[in-house]
Amino acid sequence: MLNLLRARLHQGHQTVRFPDQLPVLPDRFRGRPELDASRCVPECQACIDACPTDALTHADQTLRLDLGRCLFCTDCLQACPTDVIRFTQDHRLATRTRDALDTTGEALRLAHALDEKTRRLFGRSLKLRQVSAGGCNGCEADVNVLNTVVFDLGRFGIQFVASPRHADGLLITGPVTENMRLALTKTYDAVPAPKIVIAVGACAISGGPFVDHQEVRNGADAVVPVDLYVPGCPPHPLTILDGLLRLLGRIPETYLPSSS
Amino acid sequence: MTSTREMRPNTLIPLREIPIVTMSEFRTAVLTGVAAGTRVAALFGRPCEPDAVQLIAVLANGLTGTLSVAATIVSDAYPALTPECPQAHWFEREIAEQWGIRPEGHPWLKPIRFHRSYRPGHAVWSATDDEAPLPSVTNFFQVRGAEVHEVAVGPVHAGIIEPGHFRFQCHGEQVLHLEISLGYQHRGVERALVGGPGKRTIHYMETLAGDTSVGHATAYCQVLETLARCQVPARAHVLRGIALELERLANHTGDLGALAGDVGYLPTASYCGRIRGDFLNMTALICGSRFGRNLVRPGGVGFDVDGTRVEQLLRRLASAFADVASAVPLLWDSSSVQARFAETGGITPGICRELGLVGPVARACGIERDVRHEFPSGIFQFAHIPVATWHSGDVFARAYVRWLEIQRSIAFVGEQLSTLPDGASRTACEERTPDHLVVSFVEGWRGEICHVAGTDREGRLAFYKVIDPSFHNWIGLAMAVRNQQISDFPLCNKSFNLSYCGHDG
Repeated sequence: MLNLLRARLHQGHQTVRFPDQLPVLPDRFRGRPELDASRCVPECQACIDACPTDALTHADQTLRLDLGRCLFCTDCLQACPTDVIRFTQDHRLATRTRDALDTTGEALRLAHALDEKTRRLFGRSLKLRQVSAGGCNGCEADVNVLNTVVFDLGRFGIQFVASPRHADGLLITGPVTENMRLALTKTYDAVPAPKIVIAVGACAISGGPFVDHQEVRNGADAVVPVDLYVPGCPPHPLTILDGLLRLLGRIPETYLPSSS
Repeated sequence: MTSTREMRPNTLIPLREIPIVTMSEFRTAVLTGVAAGTRVAALFGRPCEPDAVQLIAVLANGLTGTLSVAATIVSDAYPALTPECPQAHWFEREIAEQWGIRPEGHPWLKPIRFHRSYRPGHAVWSATDDEAPLPSVTNFFQVRGAEVHEVAVGPVHAGIIEPGHFRFQCHGEQVLHLEISLGYQHRGVERALVGGPGKRTIHYMETLAGDTSVGHATAYCQVLETLARCQVPARAHVLRGIALELERLANHTGDLGALAGDVGYLPTASYCGRIRGDFLNMTALICGSRFGRNLVRPGGVGFDVDGTRVEQLLRRLASAFADVASAVPLLWDSSSVQARFAETGGITPGICRELGLVGPVARACGIERDVRHEFPSGIFQFAHIPVATWHSGDVFARAYVRWLEIQRSIAFVGEQLSTLPDGASRTACEERTPDHLVVSFVEGWRGEICHVAGTDREGRLAFYKVIDPSFHNWIGLAMAVRNQQISDFPLCNKSFNLSYCGHDG
C-alpha cells in the first residue's frame, strides 16, 4: 500500500493542457509541409520521382502536394537540390474535404465544425467505434494514446465504445483491405444515423504505401462517406486530437495554441 | 553430396549452390534437422519453370548460429511435413494458399490469409482463379456434445486493435479449443516486393507491422547491405541498436500497462500507458517519428545525433527508467494481480519447442531463444544483452520476462549512448549481387523477424519472404487458452500481443 502511494506521488500529474497550451514537439517532428516552388530548378522532377506514393505532382508550372497521400517521409527532401520542400512544426492538418488536402504549400483549409444541428447532438458527447481496415497498428497506436492520462480524451466528452450500435460514428484506419471491406460496411450500417466518419492516416485517406494494390480499396471514402480527414503516417496524437476538437467546434478555425 | 547448404545469416550464397534434392531427401533434411534441435525459420515456395514451384526451407541452429537451406521442386502436391513436424503447419498452409500446392496429409489444411492463388490455374480451394475467397468463410473445428457452445468474435473487436476472427469451442466457461482465422489485414506486401527494390520498398518494411518499423526495416536493410557487400559504419549499427531497443521498451511498457488494465489494476495501467509514450518520444527525438520511420536506411541511418541530443536522450532515459521502475513492480506486489497472472494461459516448454514459438513467449517458457544471442548482427555482435527467461510459461512469465527485458534494454541503450563511436552514419548501398540468397534475422520486440531474399540475374528481388514473429506465435495463443476460462482470453491475448498485419502481410 505504501509502495502504491509512493508510486502515485512519483508519477505526478501528466495530462497536457492542450488545447490551451501546445506541448513541446520534438524539433525533428514533421508537421505541415511548405513548398516554395519559386526555388525549383526548371524541368526538375527529382522530388516527384522520389515520392513513394506519388503525392507530389507538377501541373501548370505549379508543384502540388497531396497531403492525403504524403507519408511525411524525407525522400523528397533528400532528392530536392534546392530545398523547395520544408516540414514545419505545425501539427494542425485535419480537413473536412479530400480536396483541401491537395495543396501548393499554402495554409491549409483546416477542418470547420459540424453544422449546428449535428454539433448540438455530438458536441459534448461523441462516441466512436474504431475500425482498423488494414492499418499497420501505427495509426491505431496513436489513436489509442488519446485514451492515456497524457491526452485524457474523456475530458472532451469523446470516447471509444465497443459496439457500433453505441456509437455516433466511426474512426477508420488502414487502406481498407478487400478482406475488411464487408466488415467495415456492416459496421458502418450498424451505427445509428446521424453518424460521422473520420479517416485517420495516409492509408485511410488514399491507400498510403499500398495505393493501387489489388488487395486494397485506396482508403475509407471508397466505401463510406468521410467527414474528417487526418493525414500523416501515422498522424501525431495531437494532430488527431486537434482534428476531433475542430470537428466538434471546440477549437476556433485558425487557432494555434502557444507552446508550453 | 549433402542435401542442404550451410550458411550464416547476413551472408551471401549463390542460388545455384542450394542443392535441389528430391522430395524425399528434402523431407528427410527438414525432419532430421528439426529432430536434432534446429527450428524451421522459413519454409516457402517460389515459382520456377516450367509451371512448378521450388520449396525452400531455412532451418536455424541457435547453438551454432548457422542455417541450413534445402530446396526441392514440386508441381501440385507433396507429402506434408506437419504430421511429423508440427512447426511446419502454418508454413504449409501458406504454401497451399499462395501456390496451389497441396501438402497431402496436412491435418488442418485451410487458407491463412484468404486471397487468390498466385499461380494461375493452380488453387487448392477455389474452383476458378476469378473466385475471390471471403475471409473466414471456411470450416471451423467444432466440438459437439451436451452444453457445448461456440463463441465467435471479430473481425471487428471491442478495442482499438486490428481485425481477426476468433472461434471458441466452450463447455460452460471453459475453452476447449480456439481457432484463429486471420487475413483481414492482407495488403499484398510480399507480392509488391518482387522486382524491387523500388521507391516504396522501405516504406512497405516500415508498415509491415507499424509497431515494429525499426525491426522490419533493419531486417530489410541487412538484406540490401549484404547484397551490396557494403560495410555499414559502426555508428549506424549503434544507432540502429538503440532504436531497436527503444522500440522494445515502448512496446513492452505498453504491454505491461495493458495487462494491468485487463485485470483492472489501474495504477500500472495509467502509468505505463504514459511511459510508453516517453520511449516513443525518445525515438522521435532521434528521427522526428515516434515509430522510428525514416530512421533505418540501407547503408546506415537517415538521422544522426549530436552531443546535446545524446545528453537529452540520456536524461530522458534515466527519468523513464525511474518512472517505469516505480510503476511496474506494483504488479508483482499486488495479490489481486498475481491471482490473475499466475497459472493463467500456461504453455509448456515442450509445446513451445514443438510449435517453434519465438520471442518473449518462448523465453517465458525458460527457452533461451533470442536472435540477439543466437544470430547477433550489427552492434549485438559486440554488445551482449543477457537473455531474459522465466520458467513458468504463464501470463505472469510473459509479463515478467518483459520487465526483465525492459531493465536490460535500458541498461544497453544508456551504455550505447555513452559510448557512441565517431564517424559516418551512412554509406552508399547501391550494388546488388545477382542470383544470390540472403537470410536476415532481427530480434524484434515480439521475437524473431526473418527476411529471406533472392535476386534475379539483374540483381532485382526475385522473391522476398517476410516472417513476422507473429506467424510462429498465433498458434501459441490458441494453445494457451485451452482449458482456461473464456473470460481470461483478453488477458492471454494481451500477454502475447501479436501482430495481425505482420502476419497478414
